[in-house]
Amino acid sequence: MSDLKFTPGTRVDVRRAVRGGSWYVAEYRLRNMSHWWAAIMAFGLGNPVLYLVSVGIGIGGLVDKASGGHLLGGVPYLQFVAPALLASAAIQGVMDEVTFPVLEGFTWTQHFYAINSTSVSPRQIANGVIIAAIARGIWTVVLYGGILLLFGAIPLSSVLPLAASSLIAGIAWSAVIMAVSANVVNDDGVFAIIGRFVIAPMFLFSGTFYPLSLMPIYLQWIGWISPLWHSTQLGRDFTIGEVEPVWLVATHYAYFAVLLGLGLTITYRAFVRKLSE
Amino acid sequence: MSSTSNEIVLRAHGLVKRYGDFSAVDGIDFEVRRGESFGILGPNGAGKSTTMKMISAVSKRTDGELTILGKDPNLKGPEIRAHLGVVPQKDLLDRELKAWENLFVYGRYFGLPRKWLRTKVDELLAFAQLEDKRNSKVDEMSGGMQRRLAIARGLVNEPEILLLDEPTTGLDPQARHVLWDRLFRLRENGVTIILTTHYMDEAEQLCDRLVVMDAGKIMAEGAPADLIKQYASKEVLELRFGTDRNEETASKVVAFGERVEVLPDRVLLYTEDGEGSLERVIDAGLKPVTSLVRRASLEDVFLRLTGRSLVD
Repeated sequence: MSDLKFTPGTRVDVRRAVRGGSWYVAEYRLRNMSHWWAAIMAFGLGNPVLYLVSVGIGIGGLVDKASGGHLLGGVPYLQFVAPALLASAAIQGVMDEVTFPVLEGFTWTQHFYAINSTSVSPRQIANGVIIAAIARGIWTVVLYGGILLLFGAIPLSSVLPLAASSLIAGIAWSAVIMAVSANVVNDDGVFAIIGRFVIAPMFLFSGTFYPLSLMPIYLQWIGWISPLWHSTQLGRDFTIGEVEPVWLVATHYAYFAVLLGLGLTITYRAFVRKLSE
Repeated sequence: MSSTSNEIVLRAHGLVKRYGDFSAVDGIDFEVRRGESFGILGPNGAGKSTTMKMISAVSKRTDGELTILGKDPNLKGPEIRAHLGVVPQKDLLDRELKAWENLFVYGRYFGLPRKWLRTKVDELLAFAQLEDKRNSKVDEMSGGMQRRLAIARGLVNEPEILLLDEPTTGLDPQARHVLWDRLFRLRENGVTIILTTHYMDEAEQLCDRLVVMDAGKIMAEGAPADLIKQYASKEVLELRFGTDRNEETASKVVAFGERVEVLPDRVLLYTEDGEGSLERVIDAGLKPVTSLVRRASLEDVFLRLTGRSLVD
């Protein structure tokens, strides 16, 4: 048994505490994530290797052989799918950290309410979750990008812009998904529904495995509203030298800006509302 | 003994919290002085937790005035919370983290340096008598231990005011007494404590002063002993005549004390001399099935003020 002696109210540097709230929450989320480092590591390595071997090299070999390299304008299939795979991994990696962790914070452990009792504000809690999710996205992109390089799927000169465009897509899309997570009241399988009816079609119909223009026109709209298609198009500009008009490149970035703005606005509102009731 | 100064650290005037048409807190006034141990006593649904959320600078008031440490919580929530220690009704501990990590991470939310926190965490674990649970996850700890960990967490920023919402609800008697002992020590060290409870013995043990709340309003305010003196007698004679006879016998029993209250299972006779009153009841041939003489408590104060028991 021990006594506790202190002078109440003298320890906290209020200015520092109030300013740094987002980073302290991110630090907590990263510590929490570190408990799952083996799973994150295995997923980060296993996912690209399996996809590249099976789709890039396996199916790619068949496509290249059957078309004589003419189907994709002389670009090997592995190089064609690489930007899409990286964007998809970035989207999935960032999204993982804004779905169940947010549900956990509000509904399962309700730990966000404990954080909200400190000098951290509701917006800072949301920001902290996003910062940690971005860190996970950077990790995913670095690992995946490195493996793409090893497989010769992307040129070295494209690594940075490709990583950036993939990460931007991941962040923008995750802002929207976080807006959904923040508004979930009970865990009623909403993420399973999103996975089956949003993520899976997005993965299949975003020009991931073949150009969007080869698909029937009545399916192409799925690509146009998909962050994966916008990111993949930007990525292919960097890796295989597809040349898009400036207005279309600007549209890709504008689309991400809209997703981010909309997602964050709804997310912040939900965090403030729930934590100030 | 706690050392209470005259400095007001919390002032509520006409404080209101409405959810739609429902007023959870309906115009309450109270003040808390530095170093004081202040209680909010009331049954479930009285508005205690809503009041607590407002004075935790989390939930914004609908109307009235509220000043905490000289600041308006609607405007300066984070600055105020930097100096508060909050122990919520649910522990809200992170079950993925070990006991020491729960304290460490919470300290980081206040921007406290890691090096300082490493020492502080050990100090807090010792205070909470949880040194041997340092590396245990929350689920491996008993309810009492989890509660003590939550209190230790609330102290990590060395707060000016410690707010405890129903600190011992759900704990067994032994765990409650260990926890009371920890709170006593804090009180002796000059920490201002504000707690809500629906246990009158807890309020009597821990509070220098308290308010009794019901239906969002304050029914009475004062030191526990003063409230008992004002609203109840010195002793209470509890008599059980059987469910069917309690009501009809009450009118005869009242002659042997100052006042009588009829509960579904017993009759309470308020008197200055419980044993003497019991003798007179028996001499009158009323023959209670069981009887008990006890000191009047805050439960009796509440019953007098609201006509209902705290555990209704």
